[in-house]
Amino acid sequence: MTDTSITPTTQPGDWASDQEVRWCPGCGDYSILTAMRMLMPSLGTEPHNTVFVSGIGCAARFPYYMNSYGVHGIHGRAPAIATGLAMARPDLDVWVIGGDGDMLSIGGNHLIHALRRNVKIKVLLFNNQIYGLTKGQFSPTSEIGKVTKSSPMGSLDAPFNPLAVALGAEASFVARTHDMDRQHMMETFRRAHEHDGAAFVEVFQNCNVFNDGAFEGVTKKQNRDANLIPLKNGEPIQFGADGEFGVIDESGCARVVHTAEVGTDELLMHDESKHDPSTAFMLARLARGPFEPTPVGVFRAVRRSEYAMASTRQLAAAQEKQGPADISQLLRSRGTWYV
Amino acid sequence: MTDTASRELPLQEIDEVIIRFAGDSGDGMQLTGDQFTSISAALGNDLSTLPEFPAEIRAPQGTLAGVSAFQVRISDFDITTPGDAPTVLVAMNPAALKAQLHNLTQGGALILNTDAFNERNLEKAGYSSNPLDDGTLDDYRAYPVPMSQITRDAVAEHGVKPRDAERSKNFFALGLISWMYTRPVEPTFEFINTKFRGREQVINANTAAFKAGYNFGETAEIFEAHYEVKPAPLAPGEYTNVNGNTALAWGCVVAGQLARLPVFLGSYPITPASDILHEMSLKKNFGVRTFQAEDEIAAAASAVGAAFGGALAFTSTSGPGLALKGETLSLAVSLELPMVVLDIQRGGPSTGLPTKPEQADLMMAMYGRHSESPLPVVAPRSPADCFDIAIEASRIALKYRTPVIVLSDGYLANSSEPWLLPDVDSLPDIGVEFATEFNGTNEDGDGIYLPYLRDPESLARPWAIPGTPGLMHRVGGIEKEDGTGNISYDPENHQLMVDVRQAKIDGVDVPDVEVAGDVDADLVMLGWGSTWGAIDAAAGRLRDDGFEVAHVHLRHLNPLPANLGDVLRRYRAVVCPEMNKGQLSDLVRARYLIDVEHFGKIDGVPFTTGEVTAAVRKRLEELSGSN
Ligand SMILES: Cc1ncc(C[n+]2csc(CCOP(=O)(O)OP(=O)(O)O)c2C)c(N)n1
Ligand code: SF4
Ligand SMILES: [Mg+2]
Repeated sequence: MTDTSITPTTQPGDWASDQEVRWCPGCGDYSILTAMRMLMPSLGTEPHNTVFVSGIGCAARFPYYMNSYGVHGIHGRAPAIATGLAMARPDLDVWVIGGDGDMLSIGGNHLIHALRRNVKIKVLLFNNQIYGLTKGQFSPTSEIGKVTKSSPMGSLDAPFNPLAVALGAEASFVARTHDMDRQHMMETFRRAHEHDGAAFVEVFQNCNVFNDGAFEGVTKKQNRDANLIPLKNGEPIQFGADGEFGVIDESGCARVVHTAEVGTDELLMHDESKHDPSTAFMLARLARGPFEPTPVGVFRAVRRSEYAMASTRQLAAAQEKQGPADISQLLRSRGTWYV
Repeated sequence: MTDTASRELPLQEIDEVIIRFAGDSGDGMQLTGDQFTSISAALGNDLSTLPEFPAEIRAPQGTLAGVSAFQVRISDFDITTPGDAPTVLVAMNPAALKAQLHNLTQGGALILNTDAFNERNLEKAGYSSNPLDDGTLDDYRAYPVPMSQITRDAVAEHGVKPRDAERSKNFFALGLISWMYTRPVEPTFEFINTKFRGREQVINANTAAFKAGYNFGETAEIFEAHYEVKPAPLAPGEYTNVNGNTALAWGCVVAGQLARLPVFLGSYPITPASDILHEMSLKKNFGVRTFQAEDEIAAAASAVGAAFGGALAFTSTSGPGLALKGETLSLAVSLELPMVVLDIQRGGPSTGLPTKPEQADLMMAMYGRHSESPLPVVAPRSPADCFDIAIEASRIALKYRTPVIVLSDGYLANSSEPWLLPDVDSLPDIGVEFATEFNGTNEDGDGIYLPYLRDPESLARPWAIPGTPGLMHRVGGIEKEDGTGNISYDPENHQLMVDVRQAKIDGVDVPDVEVAGDVDADLVMLGWGSTWGAIDAAAGRLRDDGFEVAHVHLRHLNPLPANLGDVLRRYRAVVCPEMNKGQLSDLVRARYLIDVEHFGKIDGVPFTTGEVTAAVRKRLEELSGSN
């Protein structure tokens, strides 16, 4: 997958802005930032052709720390800001960073529409299952019954499954990674970057202040074998220290099995390019939460017309048909008369 | 038209006529009115139009709610309004008559499609007896015409199904009115041929219906005369007929050319602003990118993103949408990026009166954002002025790197007037330069880019767009340190930034106001936006009646022209007609401590000249009494 033909013109340090990073010590956002800075040189892009756009939240501070162009916008609206930017400037690399509240609560509408349009933006959702910046209220990804300051008796809201939302919105690229595995993050972000369209990546991110350990059940070293299912394109979906577990399609539902009991041949073959999103959806919903076997990696990567380029093609077609811009002609287009 | 004209009717010359076509929304009244307008424009009349649509797309047929009307005034002199009351009403059915009769001047002409006055339609319109013969029309000159029947007969030979045949009756009406006002017929034949190209049967039917209407006038012996309205003494040149929304859309497209920037429009459909989105979507050959967003917030946000990318960005909407855009506009104020918001005001609160105008978003435009979030506000005064205002708003936005709000309204949006086309070369150059180089140094003496280092004169910050090597920077809504733009929570810095953002807007170069009319009068009428036509016409009437009156009309509402206070203080009375409860009056009072007298109306109908004249005359009489 790694494109070895690119000779880096930058170093990770070139991507770090001069701003002091102000997340809480131990916050998972740091490791995501490091992964991004380390990845950038190998993407063959330059800081001046790269824009990070965000909304509001802890995660949304991300653009300040990258030495690229950046917009720290308003709560929830980053996908919309990025859509305008990507349309006006299809030449740029546009990344969108936000938290679970930012992207699925106040900005849920913009997220799904950006995904369905397939505008070339790379959306990274840092899911910590909590509102970090406002100091710990439950979020749209918090588990039901979550006790927080705004839900002292437990939250009543059933959570969103971010990947299922993205797939439901017809996203053409859907992936998941986590803040405890830099290589996996880098590889996943790279794949998102390579995708010609909207890419959606959920990043499990630990908020060690307000929701510490939310993903430990799957991301902690000793739990990974048992509970992380790495999706590898073209390979049977298998996990465990020796591949002793696998996933099968049981009449439309993904189910975890002992590989030995069904045989490798019966395991689901992972095909991220499958146009029908049903299998990806089924896999996205395999785990009820980050405490049982959970797939990570690229769930879906399909080709679909990219929005900004499609818009550019319309401009070209219009020029072809109506001729180049001509103010004089425009003013006379409804007919004129002389006095 | 027929060479067998059976009788010679006198041809009377009149200086103006105000015709209102009214029918069911399916009757094609807008098309009829539009075409009558085009022919009259080509004849050289001055004109002004006022369409009136129902809010529902297909309100039940034959009901009052479904009435669609189009008023057009043509004259042989300079006019600024579509006229207070029609002198001719064409009513295609009882509902149209019922809904519109009260508008008609006493003694006005009433042309009625008698075929539609059957029991069912009368009942739907709420008539308990037939107005054709119960005395309702005694005060008017009623001309009953069996339009449906004659149309059906006329189109029969073209093989049109009887049900479809009647659909041509608006062309019958157009033919009749064309005869009455001696309009040439050829342009309408051409229009029919172009409009319905490829549909031979429709072309033939409409042409036949039009001819039948024209001939009916000539031969039916129910009319006493026909009329002629001579051309108006308009400034010589090439004219087109535009409504405000079209002119505004063209202004935005042209502003992009004048700034040498690609145009971006983010918009969410809403009456009466949607036509701007439609029109700009047709101009893709100008490099105009239109984005129909998922809501008004996304529409505004996409414009912010496009502006960051170096486009001339617009977002168009009406009041409910402007309310939604508030937070995003405040972001644009903080980011100090250029963009233009087009607010086509309509009646409110809430959904209010979607198809009716109001001027009640002024305070929202001024203050409808959290915290200290100043931005320039401008307002066009006439349909054609919408073109210029789009360019002026873009100029301010680009020069000062600020969002600008344009306040048009539903009246200007749909009303049209002849527009003397500007000389393209005379249009201003509104281009600005992007930053491409460092504008500061750090402690080590290395060059750096300071995104909030301002131009000392305009206080605008530099605009470096992504793709520019070396000038990478981050902008955000969190308070920024002066110069560097880095996050800053420093109290003194915040005070400074608030002050400087305000000073920048206060310092926008706005031309002084000029006083129209009698500069030395006792009373000045102060207006803004679409009331210009009615106020100007009222000034004319008052002067004709021997009064002296001055008129000051604001195009720039924020900042206000520097001389405004001094000018207004010269008058004993300042009367401010506006379609709201006193928003400009309050702003001017607060700002200058001048006792502005508000004269308001919020009934969804633009001021008539008569209303303004009467109110101001009363005040003038009081003033002369107290001399
Ligand atoms: C319009 C608006 N409403 C509310 C807020 C307050 N607010 C800021 S961040 C945030 C939620 C942040 O949660 P999330 O998006 O999950 O980001 P995290 O801090 O967890 O990274 C809220 C409610 C705001 N800034 N703007
Ligand atoms: S509150 Fe949580 S998410 Fe925010 S910086 Fe602190 S640890 Fe990170
Ligand atoms: Mg969160």
